[in-house]
Amino acid sequence: MSRQPFEVIVARHGPTVLRVCRAVLGPVEAEDAWSETFLAALKAYPELPEDANVEAWLVRIAHRKAIDVTRAGARRATPVAEVPERPSAQRADGRDLDLDAALAALPRRQREAVAYHYLAGLPYQEVAAVIGGTTGAARRSAADGIAKLRRRYPRTTAQKGTTR
Amino acid sequence: MTIEDPPEVRALVEAYPEATEAELRRLGERLADSAAAQGLLDVAYRALDTPVGTLLLAATETGLIRVAYASEGHDQVLTTLATRISPRILRAPKRLDTAARQLEEYFAGRRRRFDLPLDFRLSRGFRRLVLDHLSDIAYGHTASYAAVAAAAGNPRAVRAAATACATNPLPVVVPCHRVVRADGSVGGYVGGPAAKQTLLRLEAA
Repeated sequence: MSRQPFEVIVARHGPTVLRVCRAVLGPVEAEDAWSETFLAALKAYPELPEDANVEAWLVRIAHRKAIDVTRAGARRATPVAEVPERPSAQRADGRDLDLDAALAALPRRQREAVAYHYLAGLPYQEVAAVIGGTTGAARRSAADGIAKLRRRYPRTTAQKGTTR
Repeated sequence: MTIEDPPEVRALVEAYPEATEAELRRLGERLADSAAAQGLLDVAYRALDTPVGTLLLAATETGLIRVAYASEGHDQVLTTLATRISPRILRAPKRLDTAARQLEEYFAGRRRRFDLPLDFRLSRGFRRLVLDHLSDIAYGHTASYAAVAAAAGNPRAVRAAATACATNPLPVVVPCHRVVRADGSVGGYVGGPAAKQTLLRLEAA
């Protein structure tokens, strides 16, 4: 079994890792976390065991990089925070700011559990290995997060199929 | 997301936007730049459209290491590079800017020799010796396999010289297309006989 060129890993997992970074960090810092994640992964890639679960490996790296990016952001933070203008709930590029806002309002751990399980597709056991704690706790964090998202962002259930 | 999730949960997850192609392209370029700056880009590659089809160009920090015809299977070629050189391979056109420009000039009839750093790591022994001598065959000229074997120091190794040409990792740039059969027919070619004819006609013009 030969190892895939790293470009194949980027093509296959880059989109999911970007969604995960966005869900955990928000759209602004997500790109820094994505870049740091794939740079660190590229460095370690030749030593990755051939039978490793690549997606879980990338999520573990992304989790650490997201923490780094958050810390760096906290150090940089100035008292005058930028208040993004929100003329409508949807930007020109189609991104739904309400869903970003609903995710941002979750406690970090719930956001991570939701992102790693629902967006990256990791089983709860893997999610627990990434964020710490038991499998049951990871499952509860994801369930609580999803329940809150559904309360704060009801349109997918109430208005699915209508023009947003 | 799993199949057992209720539809409301799936709808919620699906509402979360996918990354766009423009975003991923920008991030890919940024990754290639950072990787190169940190010495982590062991093999950079890009595709180049030419009169003999889409060529894959790949370069290490040493120089151009591979030119591959579409018929060789570009994915397969990259997988082989991952095994033989390093899996740290990214699409990163910048490192190949000069090579691509010189190839474009060649195919436009405006360049007669390539001036590029080459990485011959994929060739060993007698094959490497043969490749070293191929560039002695001037643009627009041809040589026989026997002449190439003799130039490489072993006049009897005609078959080995032919194999060296057939396995040339740097076709077009290292001109194995200028080696033809003693009877004047073009002989085999890594890119197929039609590509060989195209290159010989281009150089004869």
